[in-house]
Amino acid sequence: MRHVNRSGNLGEARRAAMAVLAAVPAVQLHRCWKEAAIIAEAETLRGPETGLVAVRGRIGGGGAPFNVGEATVTRATVRLATGEVGHAYLLGRDGERARLAATVDALLQRADKAGEVEEQVLVPLRALQAAQEDRRRAETAATKVDFFTVARGED
Amino acid sequence: MYVAVKGGETAIRNAHRLLDDRRRGDRTVPSIGLDQIVEQLALAVDRVMAEGSLYDRELAALAVKQARGDMIEAIFLVRAYRTTLPRFGYTRPVDTAAMLVERRVSATYKDLPGGQLLGPTFDYTHRLLDPELAGGASVPEPEQRSEPTEAVMRVSAILANEGLIEADGELPQDHRPGDITREPLEFPLERDTRLQALARGDEGFMLALAYSTQRGYARSHPFVGEVRIGEVELELEVPELDFAVPLGSIRVTECQMVNQFKGSSKVPPQFTRGYGLVFGQSERKAMAMALCDRALRASEFGEDVVAPAQDEEFVISHSDNVQATGFVEHLKLPHYVDFQAELDLIRRMRAEQADAASERKEAAE
Amino acid sequence: MHASHIEGGFAEPVLDAQAAFRAVMDAMARPGTASTLAGTATPPTPLTATAATVALTLCDHDTPVWLDPALKGSAAVTAWLGFHTGAPLASTPAEAHFALVADPATLIALENFAQGSQDYPDRSATLILQVDSLDGGAPLRLEGPGIETVATLAPTPMPRHFVEQWRQNSGRFPRGVDLVLAAPQALACLPRTTRISPAED
Repeated sequence: MRHVNRSGNLGEARRAAMAVLAAVPAVQLHRCWKEAAIIAEAETLRGPETGLVAVRGRIGGGGAPFNVGEATVTRATVRLATGEVGHAYLLGRDGERARLAATVDALLQRADKAGEVEEQVLVPLRALQAAQEDRRRAETAATKVDFFTVARGED
Repeated sequence: MYVAVKGGETAIRNAHRLLDDRRRGDRTVPSIGLDQIVEQLALAVDRVMAEGSLYDRELAALAVKQARGDMIEAIFLVRAYRTTLPRFGYTRPVDTAAMLVERRVSATYKDLPGGQLLGPTFDYTHRLLDPELAGGASVPEPEQRSEPTEAVMRVSAILANEGLIEADGELPQDHRPGDITREPLEFPLERDTRLQALARGDEGFMLALAYSTQRGYARSHPFVGEVRIGEVELELEVPELDFAVPLGSIRVTECQMVNQFKGSSKVPPQFTRGYGLVFGQSERKAMAMALCDRALRASEFGEDVVAPAQDEEFVISHSDNVQATGFVEHLKLPHYVDFQAELDLIRRMRAEQADAASERKEAAE
Repeated sequence: MHASHIEGGFAEPVLDAQAAFRAVMDAMARPGTASTLAGTATPPTPLTATAATVALTLCDHDTPVWLDPALKGSAAVTAWLGFHTGAPLASTPAEAHFALVADPATLIALENFAQGSQDYPDRSATLILQVDSLDGGAPLRLEGPGIETVATLAPTPMPRHFVEQWRQNSGRFPRGVDLVLAAPQALACLPRTTRISPAED
């Protein structure tokens, strides 16, 4: 993470962190945050506020976009005492979760905090997310049909 | 004549209180929790999300509970709720090829990359009621099988390699996707707008229309190229960030219907396609949607429009169950004055008819 | 994004937007009558508090906004509006639902903005003009719906040949644009139904 920051690819690091925070259930995010015990005073600049996004698909899977329906999204923007501004947009209506995710996003922009957040919050959550997805894949794989051809004819 | 009628406030108040009581039912039975509805009536929740056109499991579960299990009432509640929220934007189009697949079957190819993944399906069950389930017996954990991850490619891509199937539906580059939640419908519709209406359309209505095409009303020789269910990630572009924000994942069902097509003056013989994409796990709805989509493309292929399922105005105008229930059910509301006028009219017509009859009788005598 | 671009929004988003909406609605219903509006938004210049408060109240993701060169030239203004309203910037005046104008005296002709259609006259632009005052300019005589007899308003600065432009706007009825005049601490409206002539002293 720290080397990612130095390479100037902060945007990609923030995006990746947002993906993890959006993927794991709120209880696990809160538990992980509590265990990490990172001290961060964040002032809420906007929200948490719930609204809608229109979800788009593509005709035929890969063609022109169309609107499938909407989904609830909650967003928050916070500012640390040191000035960094963090944003969060998450599916659902959980304001506390959005505020916490925004705080994590703000901390990632602090060179002196990013490593701590990465190691104590994002690494464990990423492992959790991977385990969840692996289990789901393995459960689906167990329902895969193995066709076998019944021998018939001469040989 | 217009007569203002007041009254009934107490009756209405008491009726609502009675509704609350009947909804709760026998107090010795535990109240059902939203988490129970989300987890154990998941497909009811999915239907409310799809036709309520709002992806939010807890809200859909609340709607199911509040509506006492009346699905259309629940869908109505969700539709009403969504109007109270501001719109943050349009997501980037979801990539169903990158789906975390939970089920994927094809009726056109036995062996295809990714394989036939049955997932949590009702297919091949014997449809026998299970008394053990009534007793709340414990349920074993699912089997797991670890194997290297294989890309689950879309079936349409296989046929496309041979040029035997039409491409994914393209619209002109400068076309802005239609949005029926923002602009009133104006027929004829573009295919994107039609798909939006179908995606929130009533499952029963669309199932019946799809069935009608199979029974010969706009026959389209369909095969399920593929049905897949699973989670796709949503991303949103926002003004304050220079990258698309990942919002989390939603479960969707996608159906690629492949239809034989003998060709016309406009198009050579090839396979054409109907497309279905629905919130949640609902392959019946996704398949019906794909069949309706294909039927509604009749004029695009130079086919004669002869059946209800091909009639865009008929299908789309009647597919929304909130509109439909509103108009049908409003008939039970007071129409006292309208009916009084009709009553007067009928009496007058009867009197005129009687007069005419007696005149004819006199003339005959 | 710089922190200053995300400050200065409504302190109480719901209540502030409701109060401002009421002020705009009343002013639109009684053309020429000034509504007081304590603009609670504190935007970057040259956007004014009153115009910004109206923008936060009316503009959202579904309403493309056109900015006049004075506003569009300010990165702070575009970032601030983007963050607080989510409204996309219209690339042409014809596709804008709202226009924000810091310098009415150099405004392009009203006919360039969306006029609505005969079937949907509501698909037209609402122009929010930042004016210095509502009573310091050339007096205008107003008549029409929402005005019992005659009302007078003297906003300044106003677009060039305004009375003549407005006569043409009225000629397009039911199509046409509507104006919100955002003055310090107050606003007045000129809907397309209002007939305007120079007041005779």
